Amino acid sequence: MTTVLGVPLPAILGQLTLGLVNGSFYALLSLGLAVIFGLLGIVNFAHGAFYMLGAFAAYIGLQAFGVNYWFALILAPLAVGLLGVLIERLFLRHLYRLDPLYGLLLTFGVALIAEGVMRDRFGASGKSYPVPESLQGAFDLGFMVLPIYRAWVVAASLAVCGMTWFLIERTRLGATLRAATENARLVQAFGINVPLLVMGTYGGGVALAALAGVLAAPVVQVSPLMGSSLVIVVFAVVVIGGMGSIIGAIISGLSLGIVEGLTKVIYPEASNIVVFIIMAVVLMWRPAGLFGREQ
Amino acid sequence: MAGSSNIRARVAVYAVLGILALTAPLLGIYPVFLMKLLCYAMFACAFNLLLGYTKMLSFGHAAYFGSSAYITGWLVSVHGWGTIEGILAGVAASMLLGIAIGAIAVRRQGIYFAMITLALAQLVFFICLQAEFTGGENGLQSIPRGSIFGLIGLGRDDTMYYFVLAVFMAVYVFVRRIVGSPFGHVLQAIRENEPRAVSLGYKVARYKLLAFVLSASISGLAGSLKALTLGFATLSDVNQGTSGEVILMTLLGGSGTFLGPVVGAGVVVTLQEYLSDHVGAWVSVIIGAIFVVCVMVFRRGFVGEIAWRFAHSRFGTRRTAE
Repeated sequence: MTTVLGVPLPAILGQLTLGLVNGSFYALLSLGLAVIFGLLGIVNFAHGAFYMLGAFAAYIGLQAFGVNYWFALILAPLAVGLLGVLIERLFLRHLYRLDPLYGLLLTFGVALIAEGVMRDRFGASGKSYPVPESLQGAFDLGFMVLPIYRAWVVAASLAVCGMTWFLIERTRLGATLRAATENARLVQAFGINVPLLVMGTYGGGVALAALAGVLAAPVVQVSPLMGSSLVIVVFAVVVIGGMGSIIGAIISGLSLGIVEGLTKVIYPEASNIVVFIIMAVVLMWRPAGLFGREQ
Repeated sequence: MAGSSNIRARVAVYAVLGILALTAPLLGIYPVFLMKLLCYAMFACAFNLLLGYTKMLSFGHAAYFGSSAYITGWLVSVHGWGTIEGILAGVAASMLLGIAIGAIAVRRQGIYFAMITLALAQLVFFICLQAEFTGGENGLQSIPRGSIFGLIGLGRDDTMYYFVLAVFMAVYVFVRRIVGSPFGHVLQAIRENEPRAVSLGYKVARYKLLAFVLSASISGLAGSLKALTLGFATLSDVNQGTSGEVILMTLLGGSGTFLGPVVGAGVVVTLQEYLSDHVGAWVSVIIGAIFVVCVMVFRRGFVGEIAWRFAHSRFGTRRTAE
């Protein structure tokens, strides 16, 4: 058997694909965070909770109404996105004039509420969600066996990230959005409904988190606490990448997932802290993050 | 602004609180509950030094509270250290941790600072989860309280209570002293307008780091005392839930006021004590809801609100354009 540094190659490749899968979730989540932060100036602490709610929406949909995976992939982000819109209208809208720390604290409270409610309803233990039939099985690539679902997660996430990037950087709506990020009052003066734009952006970012949750449901256990530690890793990813940049969020999300996967092979004890260590090193070297601009 | 009746009111409040604190065990209030409350109040005062007076929102203060609890608990129970030495070692550990994390975190401001402190505290959490000496998932159990230099035994709840109370009062006075000192005034200048403080020639990063380390050390002291009081140190002392609680205590009581964190700690600890038996997972829902209410409509907190009303009714500036 081929080995690299004494570790069998298939093990490395297996962890590498798992790392890519995790990296896809990091990318989707940090992308949503970056978009929300760009326009609203708010760090959405509830992002992990929305990811969790997305996974639960898929789970409940399947258990209670027989909604299959493919519909869940559309319906769950819609439902959770609407919840996000509601939260923006009811709460966040009133905080924009204040210190951004209040937005962070409010969404932290929202996350606690969401986790508490789900824990009361479903208990703390994980629920399993079946891999959809058409995505079961694995490709045999000769040098490794690649489960189809993992390949699908990576491909789907990359596609969604790409579409989001296109929407923001290459369309008229995206241009308006970026303009509103720079100067909301001026854009408003041009007759554009900025509050609506802000609401939609928050809903969109939240829907991305929920989509990541649905994609994750078959590979991780669906549990009320699945988002609470993930969101901290995603914060670290965002700090590493630099908050302003969309491409930065995608690239650093994916690459940190890979690094984490490889650490699992080389030095398993450090696998859940490696992202934080990288963050510390990056901050000492480039305080604004790898892709960020110094204000 | 401080009129003589203002000072009189303050003296009266402190006198009542002091008498209550000294006589509480005689009034039949469970001393362990009071000690727990005092430990968290101390923790919140330390946190307030950062949030209230320097406007640095650390989202990872459990790291200092919890690691100090572990160090003290481990030295006292496994290595037979004395109580005071154990506490000092715990404080020293949290101080070093504060220097290490603070030096990285003060490089960024505002929400970045919050995210960085949160991430690095998670790093500390994982280290505590995996390290041998912390007892992993079980934590450290039955930590002995020992005695003060072999002279006064702390095994009895009432003796321990007065010890914790004495330390708390010393910390409270110390924090007041820091805030009132020239150093504290520079911190408040940074809170109000950081670029201006820079342009006035203050080495802002250095001031912020010192404030951070002081806050981390006092948090550590609170953690050590909590470990000794309750006799255990567990992962929940060092996880993000505890970091969130101390934020809530400070916010709810009134950040940037001296008594606010104490009041907030009182409310939150009492709530937890009574709720946890009755409502299960709803504790976190209730805590979350209080967070939302605080941020939406109650940003001054209890003490801040009272002080504000007091000041504004007196000087007739109520309801002027904000």
